[in-house]
Amino acid sequence: MTHPDFLWRDPDPRPSYDVVIVGGGGHGLATAYYLARNHGLTNVAVLEKGWLAGGNMARNTTIIRSNYLWDESAAIYEHSLKLWEGLSAELDYDLQFSQRGVLNLAHSLGDVREGRRRVEANRLNGVDAEWLDADEVKKFCPLVNVSARARYPVLGATLQRRGGIAKHDHVAWALARRADAYGIDLVQGCEVTGFEISGGRVTAVRTSRGRIAAGTVALAAAGHTSVLAELAGFRLPLQSHPLQALVSELLEPVLDCVVMSNAVHVYVSQAHKGELVMGAGIDAYNSYGQRGGVHVIEAQMAAALELFPVFSRVRVLRTWAGIVDVSPDASPIIGRTPVENLFVNAGWGTGGFKATPGAGWVYADTIAHGRPHPLAEPFALDRFTTGALIDEHGAAAVAH
Amino acid sequence: MLLIPCPFCGPRDENEFRYGGQAGVACPERKTSDAEWAAYLFVRDNPKGWFRERWFHAHGCRTWFTVERHTLTQEIR
Repeated sequence: MTHPDFLWRDPDPRPSYDVVIVGGGGHGLATAYYLARNHGLTNVAVLEKGWLAGGNMARNTTIIRSNYLWDESAAIYEHSLKLWEGLSAELDYDLQFSQRGVLNLAHSLGDVREGRRRVEANRLNGVDAEWLDADEVKKFCPLVNVSARARYPVLGATLQRRGGIAKHDHVAWALARRADAYGIDLVQGCEVTGFEISGGRVTAVRTSRGRIAAGTVALAAAGHTSVLAELAGFRLPLQSHPLQALVSELLEPVLDCVVMSNAVHVYVSQAHKGELVMGAGIDAYNSYGQRGGVHVIEAQMAAALELFPVFSRVRVLRTWAGIVDVSPDASPIIGRTPVENLFVNAGWGTGGFKATPGAGWVYADTIAHGRPHPLAEPFALDRFTTGALIDEHGAAAVAH
Repeated sequence: MLLIPCPFCGPRDENEFRYGGQAGVACPERKTSDAEWAAYLFVRDNPKGWFRERWFHAHGCRTWFTVERHTLTQEIR
């Protein structure tokens, strides 16, 4: 048997590029792809310290939805969802994008009010949303325990039918293949160790594989963005935390939607292959350790069993953590930094995967034109000074 | 799971504590710029390495105290 062709080259870095993207995860690859596709910029390198898409892209729970509360968030996540809907065809690669519906459960009167408010807000923003009462939840997802005797009974749920999951690895591979075909260099094993800045402008990055001159530098390094910002001489309102998840052993298809619960705190879907994929909240403390506390997994599994007593004998196959960069208002930071022509796309916290195409689209546009894309503008760094925060703690699904 | 040395109760399981973030963040003077005030409210150090931070022994003596923890290895000193 011969090895199949590689989907992308493994080039050495050239001495200079028009645009250097730091971070070869989903956002970095999507940004590179849209730089070429939408703006004709192909003298571009994506630098990845490890291997492509081996960080948070390999560690998320693959959920896609756009039912955020505020106008600014709904706009950018809905832009992303619309891109998802055409992405498999566009990239000519089956992303296993499955719009199976996302339920966000309500367990208290406060949850119910918040959920109903969010449904109305979503509809005003052109995002599909429905409110289901407990009986309708049971009908939509028969496995969910809606007993009134549960410790935190299910009182209802929001439903976004267009939400769902995709196969994260396929997303990365498909974007990487297309970016590579445009001539963009995807450079792996290349860690950025410093920036050359003169007159307030970045002119080059120093890497473990030598100096690379850059017309523009774009950070897309998720949990490690603070580390890079410090190298470039500025601070960002970000804290890096472990976000844990786990998968079960393989099961026959039993769960055909995504179920999320903020109150008891777990989110569950079933991967195409058959594992139950479960996510937890972030660990409380700052960490770059890519593993968290066992007690967080314990709480997550207790919550899962509360909702799905039928899973009580299912075994855990493996657990892991990604490092997420959390901002004070649970919204991303996209745009300019104190260093001229050094851009940032960070702070996606627990919501980065679903934003992959949308973030790449607006970030590429921002980089190409040297000013924020209209959808990115509200997410500028200066909102923490002006006070125009986009407080998405409620709709971000994971308690930060 | 972390084993956190409470100065009053001794080393205890992380479950007993609440996290308080970076230690030693001083409130700026009353006359301060918007940027300085924003930095005080929202910006904290986020090092990959040693970090001085606050913990609260919520299920014990209810004391706030400071430890130094390595954010990659989780070692506490």
